[in-house]
Amino acid sequence: MSAVLPLVRVAVIAVLGWLLLLAATSGLDPYTVSIIGFVGTNIILAVSLNITNGFVGLFSLGHPAFMTLGGYLTAILVMAPARKAVMLKSLPDVLVAQQWPFFPALLVGGLFAAAAATLVGFPVLRLRGHYLAVATLGLIFIVQSFAVNMSGLTRGALGLSGLPALTSVSWVYLFAVVTVYVSWRLKHSSLGRTMLAIRENELAAACLGIRVARTRVMSFALGAFFAGVAGGLWVHLVTLISPHSFTFLLAFQLVVMVVLGGTGSITGAVLVAVVLTVATEALRPAEEAAGLFGASQMTIAVVVVLVLIFRPAGLFGSAEPNLFAWLHRGARASLPTSNP
Amino acid sequence: MTSAYILSQIANGVILGSMYALVAIGFTMIYSIVRLINFAHGDIFTIGAFTTLACIALAKLPFPVAIVVVVAAGALTGMVIERIAFRPMRGAPQVTGFIASLAVAIFLENLAVMTISAQPRTFLVPDYLNGLVDLGLMSVRMIDLMIVLLAIVLTIALVLFVRFTKVGVAMRATAENYDVARLMGININRMIMLAFAIGSGLAAVSGLMWGSKYGQISPFMGLLPGLKAFVAAVIGGVGSIPGAVLGGYLLGLSEVLFVALLPPEYSGYRNAFVFGALIIVLLVMPNGLLGRNTEARA
Repeated sequence: MSAVLPLVRVAVIAVLGWLLLLAATSGLDPYTVSIIGFVGTNIILAVSLNITNGFVGLFSLGHPAFMTLGGYLTAILVMAPARKAVMLKSLPDVLVAQQWPFFPALLVGGLFAAAAATLVGFPVLRLRGHYLAVATLGLIFIVQSFAVNMSGLTRGALGLSGLPALTSVSWVYLFAVVTVYVSWRLKHSSLGRTMLAIRENELAAACLGIRVARTRVMSFALGAFFAGVAGGLWVHLVTLISPHSFTFLLAFQLVVMVVLGGTGSITGAVLVAVVLTVATEALRPAEEAAGLFGASQMTIAVVVVLVLIFRPAGLFGSAEPNLFAWLHRGARASLPTSNP
Repeated sequence: MTSAYILSQIANGVILGSMYALVAIGFTMIYSIVRLINFAHGDIFTIGAFTTLACIALAKLPFPVAIVVVVAAGALTGMVIERIAFRPMRGAPQVTGFIASLAVAIFLENLAVMTISAQPRTFLVPDYLNGLVDLGLMSVRMIDLMIVLLAIVLTIALVLFVRFTKVGVAMRATAENYDVARLMGININRMIMLAFAIGSGLAAVSGLMWGSKYGQISPFMGLLPGLKAFVAAVIGGVGSIPGAVLGGYLLGLSEVLFVALLPPEYSGYRNAFVFGALIIVLLVMPNGLLGRNTEARA
């Protein structure tokens, strides 16, 4: 399929993009750079939620729970042993002694989230529709209350503050590219096709020999892995994690990104993640100046309702429009899409 | 642990259960007709609490009048939300309505933050409601007694309404089969609006009770009780009004007793307990205690 780009070409483009990004951000003030970091983490989150919610059609709100898990573990692994010994009394000695570089810590944070998702997924993913939504929402509160109460491991409601600011634009960029690439390859692979088949008609998919339960759990765990990594990136961007860092509100914003972009569309998720994050940050000063706190959230909510009424399939549906078609018009037929 | 302590905790559980039950009834009524889990329901609860505060503190209305105003305000909000947000997308996949209700919830919460600020407010009830009533085994505050009685009266009235009046029968017919009910000449739009009005009115009263019982209200107060009331509705069996009431009381009692009877270090796991219970109930008894089997749970 022509939609699948060869790895080498992707790598070359990605490196070029990285160099451009480095050049573009070198002179910027830290505030703008941190906003770029948020944009990148939101891309990771939206695209990974799209694997679960968009491809397989599992309506999960559980991303913040997995971010919390990944965020805490990454923070603990990266922290200096001396600080851990003082701050986290009941941390096992094995963990206290460790001080990992950022990259493996992020990966382990992601794997931890994925393991938790697998464990939770087998029972919970038997639920459908909004039952699943509420169960995964419950997951946020369950993880939150464990984070608050296991103060020997997490410092409770105080959270872990003064974390090293390790998250650079490059790290965020790397993981955003990996997330989009994995998600893209997945969508155009046979596994991705089975996922879309489950979304369209579970019974028919099962009749064709697709192992529905396994595929569901797999997509849930994959989404959770990236959520865990994004959690690790996020907490080392704001240098703080508390049980209330990632809440229900974030779950809503992420779902909005997926829905507005079109459930199943990677391009849509990326675009809306960028626009929404930049808009929220840009509106914040105006909101504060006018004293209208909450106005931006209200606007987003109204837009969501309008989109659901007038364009229920979102921006692109499940399609991946070729945004660069104008660059090489006629060179290649437009991408095959899987618009239901 | 004395028996007086346990008794008073049971009373607290029943009071909490009454509030959950009233909110859960709304969830169930709306769900059984339009198959929508209305996330904004918890915010109607908040609106009820703030309307009460406005009635008592600003308009200086007597408390019983305030109750009527609160029901009306809740019902009106529910109908407006239905008309503006949910009616245009009727017939869309269920998840669409769910996302829309999330959006409405966020909208209402932020509207509240914008207009009345995010600061929690003290909620004062008239003095006579704070007086103690002696019940023989224990004495409770007047307001506690009122909450439980009001919840019972409202529930009985609703059950009688749904079971014996013509409109109630029409509502049940709509819940049973939407299209056939329409063929029988039932005005579906009016039935749906009525379900929203009744459900929201009850949620608003529940908000009034919450404020009177715990003495503090804030724009975000509705989120958690709303979600827990949903848990209650699921435990009882979504779609069944007696189920919602039963689920509400069961959840209220077990939540309070979980905190009261276990050692204090577990009390922080209260929310984990409630949502863990939800997941277990959904897995073991997907139709809840009193719910009927609906072929595919979605």
